[in-house]
Amino acid sequence: MDARSMSATRALYLLPALIFVVIAGYFLWGLADPSRDPSAVPSARVGNDILPFELAPVEGTGVPGLSNLDLASGEVTMVNFFASWCVPCRAEHPFLMKLAEEGMVRLVGINYKDQPQAAVQWLEELGNPYSLIGSDLSGRAGIDWGVSGVPETFIVDGNGRIVHQQIGPIFPEILENEILPLIEDLRG
Amino acid sequence: MIAEIGHFALLLTLLVAIVQGSLPMIGAARGNAAWMAVGRPAALLQLALIATSFLALTQAYVSSDFSVLNVVQNSHSAKPMLYKITGVWGNHEGSMLLWILILALFGAAVAVFGRNLPPTLRARVLGVQAWVAIGFLAFTILTSNPFARVFPPPPNGRDLNPLLQDPGLAFHPPMLYVGYVGFSIAFSFAIAALIEGRVDAAWARWVRPWTLVAWAFLTGGIALGSWWAYYELGWGGWWFWDPVENVSFMPWLLGTALLHSAIVVEKRNALKVWTILLAILTFSLSLIGTFIVRSGLLTSVHAFATDPERGLFILMLLCITIGGSLVLFAMRAPALKAGGLFAPISREGGLVLNNLLLATATATVFLGTLYPLFLEAFGGGKVSVGAPFFNATFVPLMVPLIAVMAIGPLMPWKRGDIAGALSRLKFAAAATVVTILAVYYAVEGGPVLAALGMGLAAWLFFGTLVEWAERIKLFRAPLGDSWARAVNLPRSAYGMSLAHAGMAVAIAGMIGSTAWKSEEVRIMRPGDNVDVAGYNYTLEGVRGLQGPNYRSDTATFTVRKDGEIIASLTPEKRLYPVQQMPTTEAAIYTTGFADLYAVIGDPDGTGGWTVRIYHEPLVPWIWAGCLLMMLGGAVSLSDRRLRVGAPTRARRSAEPLAAGA
Repeated sequence: MDARSMSATRALYLLPALIFVVIAGYFLWGLADPSRDPSAVPSARVGNDILPFELAPVEGTGVPGLSNLDLASGEVTMVNFFASWCVPCRAEHPFLMKLAEEGMVRLVGINYKDQPQAAVQWLEELGNPYSLIGSDLSGRAGIDWGVSGVPETFIVDGNGRIVHQQIGPIFPEILENEILPLIEDLRG
Repeated sequence: MIAEIGHFALLLTLLVAIVQGSLPMIGAARGNAAWMAVGRPAALLQLALIATSFLALTQAYVSSDFSVLNVVQNSHSAKPMLYKITGVWGNHEGSMLLWILILALFGAAVAVFGRNLPPTLRARVLGVQAWVAIGFLAFTILTSNPFARVFPPPPNGRDLNPLLQDPGLAFHPPMLYVGYVGFSIAFSFAIAALIEGRVDAAWARWVRPWTLVAWAFLTGGIALGSWWAYYELGWGGWWFWDPVENVSFMPWLLGTALLHSAIVVEKRNALKVWTILLAILTFSLSLIGTFIVRSGLLTSVHAFATDPERGLFILMLLCITIGGSLVLFAMRAPALKAGGLFAPISREGGLVLNNLLLATATATVFLGTLYPLFLEAFGGGKVSVGAPFFNATFVPLMVPLIAVMAIGPLMPWKRGDIAGALSRLKFAAAATVVTILAVYYAVEGGPVLAALGMGLAAWLFFGTLVEWAERIKLFRAPLGDSWARAVNLPRSAYGMSLAHAGMAVAIAGMIGSTAWKSEEVRIMRPGDNVDVAGYNYTLEGVRGLQGPNYRSDTATFTVRKDGEIIASLTPEKRLYPVQQMPTTEAAIYTTGFADLYAVIGDPDGTGGWTVRIYHEPLVPWIWAGCLLMMLGGAVSLSDRRLRVGAPTRARRSAEPLAAGA
């Protein structure tokens, strides 16, 4: 074997180690950012204007319904999809109540695929944090908003553009670290 | 007190491992026999200490000692005893302890059975084995202490994830780990051989049984995991190409390649460098498999609680172990004497093809599993690579592999005659054609690909039978002669036949269940009935039951075929109040050719229940095939030529072969 093919062979033996270095580099990248969540799904709707919709009030609540015009009022609004049959909604409800009581943000709700009587009972039992509630019995509005389930929460800026989508319940740390700072930014 | 003993024993294990990882290695390098001899007692002591530690944790679980954090997080006093014990390894910390215990068990086995090994090789193998242990022990002690206390102790625990409270999953991790960790022996032998600079037939003869043990257990572990997913998740599927499944499948694929390439090293003294590389890569994939689910790198339906700090520690360990051994490989492997060249048409040629296909298949699965990470790193957004990718890439690789699997064993070593081998497979070819036509007729022109796939399985099955018949000269010699030959046939030959036939049976099951599965999802009220694949299911009623640590709604179905009652199925929907988590318990009745599978879902509030009924043809064959493969491994292991205690004789008989290469 001449010297050149000898060194070529040697390079070949080094190949597995080099491939591993590349793979390890990816692993490092994947681990380096502790906030990276591999199961997070990017939203298809964030950054877009909300589609026109008009939802009737939930019968028996006495709270007015919701339409797209309510969300282009110049005020930052938090839109929360909820349902009485959803257990995580119950878990996040106290934090929504606190948010509403302290008046930190305008909060409206969309009651998703829910029986009106059940929703009324739920709100009576746990309290109503929403200033407006639209009833999305068919789930049509849910499709337009791109929800994958309940609870989901959107932040809409004053011009009716979706700025943020939160999949799953809202807990204090998410509220403090992500949502409230975002609302501050939008207002400021 | 018991927990402290466990913790202390764990720390002592690390100290012993450090001694075992250094003195014998230095002794082997300097030719100091006394230092080399330290390896053996150290390995046994390491086993005794880690076993003490493991028993201490088990005791904490059995006695529901809620002053131990790990027990609080994963146990509950009302949990059945079986799941108290299996809860020990049903969590990250405890499973690490089990990993180290099995590693020590294998190390001690080398120490005990390895008396006939050359002393330097044995010292180095035990040394490398200890290095691996040091990494794992350091990781466990520094980041995942299972013995951490909590004060004040809570009155009761948080219970084990209900999905894990299941007999199938209770024994899945130990089997899987014996598989993963078993490959550490092949790895240690590979590293020791690189350090020694020598690989010979005796080396391969040593590596092969250990690889076989690991392979057989890994087969069982994967099958058990798949079986669990099949009946516990209630989706009616048995393989989802989920990252966690894939990471256990990759070492299996490459381990299978290793098993076969080691034969070439043993018989023909060739493929040495490749076999070393395979040994390193197989164990590397086992390490990645153990860790990827704990690091938060990928998302999966069933991952351990993840922690980025742990992830970086893991990555460091992987870099040292895998990177270090591959660098050692690059430095030392070129110096290994290459074996003889050989003809492409020969037994060894067939085994090389097997290796190429298996290695490519492994690479495919690897790419598919990590592609989402690669793409995301390039800012390509989030994607999920699912079954379509694997069906399009992995399955086509398996077709030639299985086609060749029937031919390879009929080829002699050195130079084969492909026409002769094929002509001996006439019977198998005929059986294949008959199978294809019969299947096509039976399912009334169902998917052509499925009929061809069944033909492929038949080809492998009958090809394996033909090979066995050839060996015993069935129908060519008097029956008495054939009988004598059959009795005298080495067990390793039976092992191969069983494993290959098992593969054929499993493939038939996979194809059948994929092609002819039917399902029905609907709301049913008590008294309603539904027809699925010729069987009539009547919902008799649903009643509430109270289990030891759960409540359940149990439905009763009566299954009839042509008016006759075949079976009664009682699927359950359970709620575990402590974890607030529902589980489905599918009810399965197997006819041997199909599973009748029923799942009960949520009530609709008006007296009806969501019901899913699946007809799963040939799924039992998948499990039967896996059992046959494991049995093949066990039978082959019982071969006296392979028996771990008999390497001296093996070496003598191997030498003439090596000289002839």
